[in-house]
Amino acid sequence: MKYITEFRRSELAEGLISHIRHQSKTHARFMEFCGGHTVTIFRYGIRQVLPDTIEMVSGPGCPICVTANADLDKAIALAKIPGVIIATFGDMIKVPGSRSSLRKAKAEGAEVYTVYSTTDALKAAEDNPGKPVVFLGIGFETTAPTVAASILQAEEKGIKNYYVLSLHKLCPPVIRALLDAGEVKLGGLVCPGHVSTIIGSHPWEFIASDYGIPCVVSGFEPLDILQCVDMLVSQVEKGESKVEIAYRRGVRPEGNRQALKLMEQVFEPAPARWRGIGEVADSGLKLKSKYRRFDAEANFNIEPGPAVEPAGCICGDILRGVKTPSDCPLFGKTCLPESPVGPCMVSTEGSCSAYYLYGDEHGG
Amino acid sequence: MEDKILLAHGSGGRLAHDLVEKSFVKTLANPLLARLDDSAVFNVSGRLAFTTDSYVVSPIFFPGGDIGKLAVCGTVNDLAMSGARPLYLSLAFIIEEGLSLAELEQVVNSVRVAAGEAGVEIVTGDTKVVPRGSADRLFINTAGVGLIPDGVDISGDKARAGDKVILSGAIGDHGIAVISRREGLSFATTLESDCAPLGGLVADMLEVSRNIDCLRDPTRGGLASTLNELAGQSKVSIRIEEKDIPVREEVLGACEMLGFDPLYIANEGRLVAIVPDKDADKILKAMKKNKYGRDAVIIGEVAAEKPGRVVMKTVLGSHRIVDMLVGDLLPRIC
Repeated sequence: MKYITEFRRSELAEGLISHIRHQSKTHARFMEFCGGHTVTIFRYGIRQVLPDTIEMVSGPGCPICVTANADLDKAIALAKIPGVIIATFGDMIKVPGSRSSLRKAKAEGAEVYTVYSTTDALKAAEDNPGKPVVFLGIGFETTAPTVAASILQAEEKGIKNYYVLSLHKLCPPVIRALLDAGEVKLGGLVCPGHVSTIIGSHPWEFIASDYGIPCVVSGFEPLDILQCVDMLVSQVEKGESKVEIAYRRGVRPEGNRQALKLMEQVFEPAPARWRGIGEVADSGLKLKSKYRRFDAEANFNIEPGPAVEPAGCICGDILRGVKTPSDCPLFGKTCLPESPVGPCMVSTEGSCSAYYLYGDEHGG
Repeated sequence: MEDKILLAHGSGGRLAHDLVEKSFVKTLANPLLARLDDSAVFNVSGRLAFTTDSYVVSPIFFPGGDIGKLAVCGTVNDLAMSGARPLYLSLAFIIEEGLSLAELEQVVNSVRVAAGEAGVEIVTGDTKVVPRGSADRLFINTAGVGLIPDGVDISGDKARAGDKVILSGAIGDHGIAVISRREGLSFATTLESDCAPLGGLVADMLEVSRNIDCLRDPTRGGLASTLNELAGQSKVSIRIEEKDIPVREEVLGACEMLGFDPLYIANEGRLVAIVPDKDADKILKAMKKNKYGRDAVIIGEVAAEKPGRVVMKTVLGSHRIVDMLVGDLLPRIC
């Protein structure tokens, strides 16, 4: 089976689109939580082909975008400590914090390595035994298990100069916080695919049962999204709310037990700061005390100073789904992919970047 | 002879002389180069095209080619995109000390093979060696001249509403092949760079029609950036169909993994032609007969409204803007 072209076939898409149009009678607002879904929706112009009854809003599912400035500032402050090597995924380098960015710190002499996996970060630690290597643990449940594995590997290999700044975030608690805030009324949730690969579909049950909102886990190809929307519409029209999976090739209801075990072994839930949303209890992960010696937060004296948000940037509102990038006065003017003001324009999964790069013919 | 390049190889002394004689002149044998004068001297008559490009690709050897082949093909293709028949190239090396002589010779041999295929001669050159750390292994600059046949007038500002847009083959092979061997990112793929000299393909196209409006090779920035350049220069819009753009499964897979869009990945052996509707079929037919145009396909057309914009009809039937590449997707790809 071909995993890409098969899921982009136009004749199958036509069938799904006409089925959605046929069965959708009630107005419904669906949120795609995940930035990866936002990108697919824009790249394939999916909003244009859906009937007027369906409104899609983007959610806070971009790990880089939701990283609060206070946390970004910590990463930048760490980078400025002489001798410290920062290892991070690429997009993080460009994100502006309160006063600087990792890219600027690098230009001023900080050692910042772009890595594609924790394996590369561990290797950097092995190759530079005299210097502390700090991996920026940014990401959702999808990336946390590999970071946990890297810590266990470092322990096993006796690597003493490897640290993690854990800024990991957990998705279900923040969705609960968004729904409790009540700012955005949802008729359905496109649940994140890769996160669900790890945690399974069970953790979304409370959204269907407690809030009465239909939930469907989706993959990232255009046919996945269309199938997911079709299933959500079907629940809406039948007045049902349950959790379904439209991404069977990637997600099992129980998730990936081995990955979950790794996460539980190394991390424990902790409060986390989300840009635009604030602190949400148990929505982050910190290293358990047993692994304290790998915890950058516990081993370095980081005092980045007070966090400042960029003036005029509405990334926070966009992340909560209450505003869209076109509502922002900076969007496409002073905030551009090459000179981003807010993180949603930096990350390839950010809403502003998706709106900007893949805006439809009408520019929206 | 030393097995590594030393600073002395660039000094102008004995080692330098031996290197030029043994590694370059012998391999690239032609009478103009063999004179070893300060300039190559030759006669031409007609309209000349003249271009230059520097090559800093990393790694210098990649599946389907190396920096030597790239340095010939890139400059030959720039000439060909003006409709010129490429004639002569210069070849200048900036070598980091410590490069193995065997590797340098392999690169020079690739230059020989590529130049032979492209029908060009390397007629002048230069070698500099810089201390370790001042360059990354090997950089090459080539410049080239070519003759433009009578009646040919190709330029980026000549696209007109109603013209057809032809793409010569699948996109993204070069960029993905190169990064598949990049340190810290290597992954297994059977994919090879599309790096190829396109002078012959262009000659075959001009054979059937001299009315080609625009030709461009979608190198850095990929197909998307090239189409945007042409739409901007010609003050027209370009409308393309996603389903008609050939992309290999391997390229799609790598792009998914790395978060890239194939429209922005570099190519080194592909061209985009914008041609009058009435000549499109015969040009396409001529392209398909050439090995570098076998998979040529019409991917869209030119329209007058919304000048400067490139719009793609997606596989779902919706439309989206295709913008220029922003930022640095893949540094040092050529």
